[in-house]
Amino acid sequence: MSDLKFVAELLVSGLLVGVLYALVALGFVLIYKASDVFNFAQGAMTFVAALALVSFLPALGWVGAVVATVVLMGVLALGVERLVLRPLVGQPHLSLAVATLGLAFVLEGLAQLVWGTQPKRLDLGLPPQPLQVGGIFVGRADLLSAIVAAVLVVGLVWFFQRTRMGLALRAVADDHEAALAMGIRLKTVWSVVWALSGVVALVAGVVWGQRLGVHFAVSLVAFKALPVLIIGGIDSVPGAILAGLLVGAGESLAEGLVGPYVGRGIQDVFAYLLALVFLLVRPHGLFGREVIERV
Amino acid sequence: MVYREAGIYHATYAQDARLFPIPADRVGVVLLLGAAVAVAPLLGEYWLRGILIPFLVYGLAALGLNLVTGYAGLLSLGQAAFMAVGAYTAAILYGRYGVPVPLSLLASGLMGALVGAVAGAPSLRIKGLYLAVATLCAQFLITWTIQRVPWISGGVYATLNIPPVRLGPWVLDSPAEQYYLALGAVVLLTVFALNLVRTRVGRAWQAIREQDVSAAVIGVSLLRYKLLAFAASSFYAGVAGALVVFSWYGAANIEEFNLLNSIRILGMVVIGGMGSVLGSFLGAGFVTLLPIFVSVVLHAAAKAAGGAVTSDMVANLEHILFGALIVFFLAVEPLGLAHLWKRLKDRLRLWPFPYY
Repeated sequence: MSDLKFVAELLVSGLLVGVLYALVALGFVLIYKASDVFNFAQGAMTFVAALALVSFLPALGWVGAVVATVVLMGVLALGVERLVLRPLVGQPHLSLAVATLGLAFVLEGLAQLVWGTQPKRLDLGLPPQPLQVGGIFVGRADLLSAIVAAVLVVGLVWFFQRTRMGLALRAVADDHEAALAMGIRLKTVWSVVWALSGVVALVAGVVWGQRLGVHFAVSLVAFKALPVLIIGGIDSVPGAILAGLLVGAGESLAEGLVGPYVGRGIQDVFAYLLALVFLLVRPHGLFGREVIERV
Repeated sequence: MVYREAGIYHATYAQDARLFPIPADRVGVVLLLGAAVAVAPLLGEYWLRGILIPFLVYGLAALGLNLVTGYAGLLSLGQAAFMAVGAYTAAILYGRYGVPVPLSLLASGLMGALVGAVAGAPSLRIKGLYLAVATLCAQFLITWTIQRVPWISGGVYATLNIPPVRLGPWVLDSPAEQYYLALGAVVLLTVFALNLVRTRVGRAWQAIREQDVSAAVIGVSLLRYKLLAFAASSFYAGVAGALVVFSWYGAANIEEFNLLNSIRILGMVVIGGMGSVLGSFLGAGFVTLLPIFVSVVLHAAAKAAGGAVTSDMVANLEHILFGALIVFFLAVEPLGLAHLWKRLKDRLRLWPFPYY
């Protein structure tokens, strides 16, 4: 019985970490869907958002800081569209992806130059003692993040399926040129989608920051989100969520159950192993679209 | 006028097919090599160990990455991990079993090539960004394995020290001698690469880069040439990793081979010029000098303005500049510094006349 409880606790804590992976992967998917850009800077954006929020917090309070950070991410999105995406229109996808790697360096450097390299604490002001749900301990902050993530996903689905802008985004994702011909402004769409993923980055940054503090390592979580992306399918929102949870739970279970036999630390590579298997067996992931190639 | 090909006639195929058909180029290469050899005894340890040896090591690694990314068009984010394979192979063979240095260098390259070919195997099914993620997985899995297997890493800190480097009767204990070892390996492999990219193999890679489906249609075996590209690239990385051990640190240390360095090497290729052997070295030199340049400028500025410079500021500014340069080059000069150099040569060909 205690074994079963141990497994259940591993599962729950893994799933809560998975929420975080899913959130970062979600930012990737949004940008990839709308602009076909593989945004390596998503982790850096998460870092910038979290750092900005923490730095605004003392002066502006929660509401003010969130508003200020959202505005900052919006400005950032406009800048990225103007300075990175627009000059690179028509270049191969590879160039754009490498450009976002460069962008990640710029963002991390700027954020640390402005707000310092010291790790910062992000306190949500929740009581620290965990809740007990059916004999399993669950952190309050973790539970809150899971709820926020769920609300965010529902909101995004609504936005994509039910609004005019969402329709434009889906059109652009399908075919840039056809969308342009129908009178959709590509520049606006790109700015909106980068700003949106900036907001997702903010949520992910808060979730991550309250667990482990806000410092440079936050931007490295992006590299954990890449395998999640591959597993879920690079252009699928539900895929990103499901794969994030899968990876979170999987690595927690692997660490708890297999880890003691092979030496600890298997959770660092579990996601990459799983992603490699997927790349070899099912490259388009769980829900991704299979691309047929022609000369 | 200064640099011209008018009046140079190739009477035989051998003349036409030589590596540097224009005399000015040959003179330039000989002068450059002479300078590279002559300069070592004149420079202090800081110059050799802080700038020239890192430049050679990373130039070699960037050259390898350029073969797979610049020539064959397969984005790889795992070059530093392949360097780690070479470094630990060298440290184990030389340090533990006393295998001679040249053999250890060769074995490091071959080991790198083997691991690289395995890591590149997914490239047969997937490409583009999916492949980039596969190489990213390889980066993490390789460094993780090295750290976790005590036989390879020699303990938790994953640092393997080696005894003083002996090459036959000589003991390479001064920075200048270590620099010569690196220089020798780099020159040899650079000449090989220059030839490789204009043979059947190099042309097959370029065909794959332009359109791999079309390349397959005209008879280029994707299986063979993609794996070969990864193997060649990681061979260079392996030797570069071994040189880190022999010429630079005197030890294999896993910290040197993290993801950040893989990205730095990719940055060197982008800034220097994709699909150019010369560009790999220009990029490596540029990225190696960047932190020094930033630090010098910052300190001068601080002196003038009367502020203080922290190491954090230098690191962050370097970070920003490096990233901004990648974006800048991709947008403005996608073929990198090498293309700027080519444009300069084109100017010199006509100068001072408007045209012939």
